[in-house]
Amino acid sequence: MIELKNVHKNFGKLEVLKGVDLTVKEGEVVAIIGPSGSGKSTMLRSINHLETIDGGEILIDGKVMGGSAKQIKEARLNLGMVFQQFNLFPHLTVHDNIALAPKLNHRFEKEELEKTIDELLTKVGLLDKKNNYPPQLSGGQQQRIAIARALAMKPKYMLFDEPTSALDPELIGEVLRVIRQLADDGMTMVIVTHEMSFARDIADRVIMIDGGVIIEEGPPRQIFSSPKNERTKTFLKSILEREESVKEGLFTTAGIEIEE
Amino acid sequence: MDFSWVPAYTGLFLKAFGMTLRLGAIAVFFGTVLGLVVGILSTTKNRILKPIRVILKVYVELLRGCPLLIQLFMVYFGFPYMGINIDISLTTFLVFTLYSGAYIAEIVRSGIESISVGQWEAGYSLDLNYMQIMFRIILPQTIKLALSSLVGFYIGMIKDTSLASIIGYSELVRNGQSIMNQTGRPFETYIMVGVCYFIICYPLSKLVPVIERKAARYDRA
Ligand SMILES: Nc1ncnc2c1ncn2[C@@H]1O[C@H](COP(=O)(O)OP(=O)(O)O)[C@@H](O)[C@H]1O
Ligand SMILES: [Mg+2]
Repeated sequence: MIELKNVHKNFGKLEVLKGVDLTVKEGEVVAIIGPSGSGKSTMLRSINHLETIDGGEILIDGKVMGGSAKQIKEARLNLGMVFQQFNLFPHLTVHDNIALAPKLNHRFEKEELEKTIDELLTKVGLLDKKNNYPPQLSGGQQQRIAIARALAMKPKYMLFDEPTSALDPELIGEVLRVIRQLADDGMTMVIVTHEMSFARDIADRVIMIDGGVIIEEGPPRQIFSSPKNERTKTFLKSILEREESVKEGLFTTAGIEIEE
Repeated sequence: MDFSWVPAYTGLFLKAFGMTLRLGAIAVFFGTVLGLVVGILSTTKNRILKPIRVILKVYVELLRGCPLLIQLFMVYFGFPYMGINIDISLTTFLVFTLYSGAYIAEIVRSGIESISVGQWEAGYSLDLNYMQIMFRIILPQTIKLALSSLVGFYIGMIKDTSLASIIGYSELVRNGQSIMNQTGRPFETYIMVGVCYFIICYPLSKLVPVIERKAARYDRA
């Protein structure tokens, strides 16, 4: 279980998180939506201590996230993270990108590790790219490798920060398919996303963040069809309008659902 | 032009060539080790290391901001002035190492800082620690990026070893002077000296495009 209790975070004078409470239970898929700059990334990054919070606390399986380097390292063992910009290691092959962390953390025996890598690459559909370098791959392929890399540490929880926002529209589907597969496998996930129909399909719960606080949460059906909060309504409307204009060919931006 | 005297001086040339090579190798090798340590420490964020970072910054800026020749003079005249006896070879090695260390530290520091912060975050999120990320993820990319400027600096450093002749380190130029005095053939002597530098530097300069091509090999889709 991931628990955020009254979490506060400032960047200098800027108050970014103003008391966030959130609980993610095992097996749950939580989608985080909200306008740009509202603190979604900061919240997600606080969970695995990429940001140090200024108030409140975060518990991973009941243990406080933070404290000594050793405690942080232990808690991070349960958390996998996927970034908007993939952040693959460009000097390492796909195989070595995936193998590096499990090797250095002694996560597996050697043979078991090789087997796991092959399984993961098969799962994301990129076994044939095992010996390629990241710059040789498309954005969608890189993001699928980044997912496999995070999974190789056998995390209990996966955190996704706008995993498809840096992708060309035609590459979004292949990444969403992999995440959907993970959801079907029962992985606990927190996903920051602007892909509304994806969130509707996959999430057990949708969290709307605005101005550093959760302003509304509930099952996707309720949030998307009858949002209570005015700002949620405005936000969803603006996203919908953008998706419409994409369909009309006015913009070529993300936010459109490709899956049939 | 008359080069007929050259065979008689082959031994001396070879010895001088060896001395230049030795000084160059020391400046390059220890300068690189020192530069890596200083460069890496300069990029740390740890508060406890702050005083060390300040000292290193002063070291790097001072030595980069002052001609190597002046630094040689300062040590050569300054140490005896303070009553410290100096050994010419040791002094030369020390000054060259400190000087090249300062430059290489700067190459390393700016290289490390040019690597995207996302690489660190990916490392931390994969439960790696600072040392693992630095040595397995950041430094390999830094060195790949900085390799051609490093080799460029090495070539400059080897040429600069000629400055050591002024305080009496007997490398190529210094020995060239005495050969010239004995043969009375300055032009031919310095042609020979120039050829010796060329023999060291030219292959190194040919290395740069090879390195760059190799580094770019994986960067194409
Ligand atoms: N490292 C940082 N330093 C200063 N301000 C930051 C930093 N990271 C984020 N911010 C600011 O915090 C706010 C929330 O950012 P973020 O969590 O990235 O929002 P979101 O992911 O919802 O778009 C923004 O105003 C952003 O400019
Ligand atoms: Mg964000």
